[in-house]
Amino acid sequence: MRAIAIIAGGVFRDSIRDRIGYGLVFFSIMLMASSFLLAQLTAGQDVKIIKDLGLAAASAIGLFIAIFFGIGLVTKEVERRSIYSLLSKPVTRTQFVLGKYLGLVMTLLINLSVMAAAFYGVLLYLDFTTLDGAKVAWEAPALDPRMLKAFALIGVELMLITATAIFFSTFSSPFLSVAMTFAVYIIGHFGEDLKNLNAIVKSVVLPYITKGVYYVMPNLTALDVKSAVVHGLPVSGSSMLLATASCLVYITTLLVGSILIFSRRDLK
Amino acid sequence: MDAIRTEGLTKHYKVGFWRPRPYVALDNLNLSVGQGEVFGFLGPNGAGKTTTLKLLMQLIYPTSGYAEILGKPVGDVAVKQRIGYLPENPYFYDNLTAEELLIYFARMFGCSASEGRARASRLLDEVGIGAERRFQLRKFSKGMVQRVGIAQALINEPELVFLDEPMSGLDPLGRREVRELILRLRDRGCTVFFSSHVLSDAEALCSRVAIVAKGRLAASGSLDELTAVGSRGWELVVSGLTPDVLKRLMPRLTRATPLGDGRYSLELPPSTAPEPLIAELCGARVVSLNPLRGTLEDVFVEQVKATGSGARLMEKVAS
Repeated sequence: MRAIAIIAGGVFRDSIRDRIGYGLVFFSIMLMASSFLLAQLTAGQDVKIIKDLGLAAASAIGLFIAIFFGIGLVTKEVERRSIYSLLSKPVTRTQFVLGKYLGLVMTLLINLSVMAAAFYGVLLYLDFTTLDGAKVAWEAPALDPRMLKAFALIGVELMLITATAIFFSTFSSPFLSVAMTFAVYIIGHFGEDLKNLNAIVKSVVLPYITKGVYYVMPNLTALDVKSAVVHGLPVSGSSMLLATASCLVYITTLLVGSILIFSRRDLK
Repeated sequence: MDAIRTEGLTKHYKVGFWRPRPYVALDNLNLSVGQGEVFGFLGPNGAGKTTTLKLLMQLIYPTSGYAEILGKPVGDVAVKQRIGYLPENPYFYDNLTAEELLIYFARMFGCSASEGRARASRLLDEVGIGAERRFQLRKFSKGMVQRVGIAQALINEPELVFLDEPMSGLDPLGRREVRELILRLRDRGCTVFFSSHVLSDAEALCSRVAIVAKGRLAASGSLDELTAVGSRGWELVVSGLTPDVLKRLMPRLTRATPLGDGRYSLELPPSTAPEPLIAELCGARVVSLNPLRGTLEDVFVEQVKATGSGARLMEKVAS
């Protein structure tokens, strides 16, 4: 456990000093702030636009960090041979994989928290500068705490994407790993369409294949409550728990798979 | 108990895209290294030195054979607690400073942050990293990274340290410092196993060496044993030798070189015993008699040549 915590701390320290990571979070915050200007052009829709853009920016930037940093966790260590020194210490390959994963998850969650704080900052400013009469047109209050549910589920999704990125990077090239992780993300968000493909495609075989893919791949639409919270619709705790539990099963499976593959791999 | 022992250690890699064939990187390596030794693992580029070290660090897995370190199978976490390793051309995390890197590694051995800091500071002094220790490693030159690599290999005060090409990238001063460091480690009772193709380093430091070529162990033993195997005969220096006697002895000599003042240096091949020849000197006086020993370089070149140009692809060997 100690070794895992030390490796996770190392990843965290290394990634928070990475200029690219800083740049991405800064970019996301700037995007949220600029959405405020955009919102000025649309009477009554301002708060919705800020929430839409803010949540989308947090999700997209988090996804970018999870995929590219997640894949680099293993591949960069192996390609640059920094792993040689690390694995000669009293560290097992299992501890290496888990430490790397938890380190990046920690970084992502902190980045997400910073982005959420900036998001609420922009909304606070909007709330402060808007007349009470104009607020009547809003579907939900600017500082709606339910948006934290969306951030929480973005966090769960990023944990899953990070585990997926690590899994692919234990046996394939960085380029393929990026492509496959992104494919999992896309399929995860279009699962329902895959399931119901037989309604629009005449093929006999293809719907069976896509249905199989639907059942194997994680259902990321269950984690996407951005639209619901923006419109002030309720998001039940039980559906959040179910979606999170399902993701945890996938994360565990992916990490076990990563450990099994990586433990047998020759680090040439 | 040996510090390192390998039995039939073999590693094949698959090469070729369409029809992968096994390439013999290491073939049936039997080796034992005693505790407290400075052991040189020598060989030309691509001989299998780094493959052996990676097998011992369990960075790669053997195709067959067995290896143990400090009496336990390689990869045992308890053993890792007692060993250090410098990889060839090491690379570390760009965004960490040298000091942070060493503290990071020290904590993996159970050191507290303060103890880690103290060890890091002492080792960085020892390898000659000064104020640069606070710089991020991305700003370090190759030689400085090598020095940090040596420091991290010693962070746990190991009983056994593996150094893969420790002099690589170092300037002459750095090489001398590393040599002195290895000797200090030896004096502390630490076993040092280092790979190199620089023979002068091995001659200066090692109690025993092994030579690998084309993945096979070509020779191993103490420097005396190896250079004796490569003995080139005797050198007999005599004075007062008459031309007639010299003419009579010539068929049994490799070479006769006049040294002036009536002295000659007579070189005898290994097959000629010097005693009967001395008896036939007819009044000439023996000044000195010395065995002509080969250098480690002679032995190295001889052993590497002896392994021939055999291919290492299994298919070709079989044919």
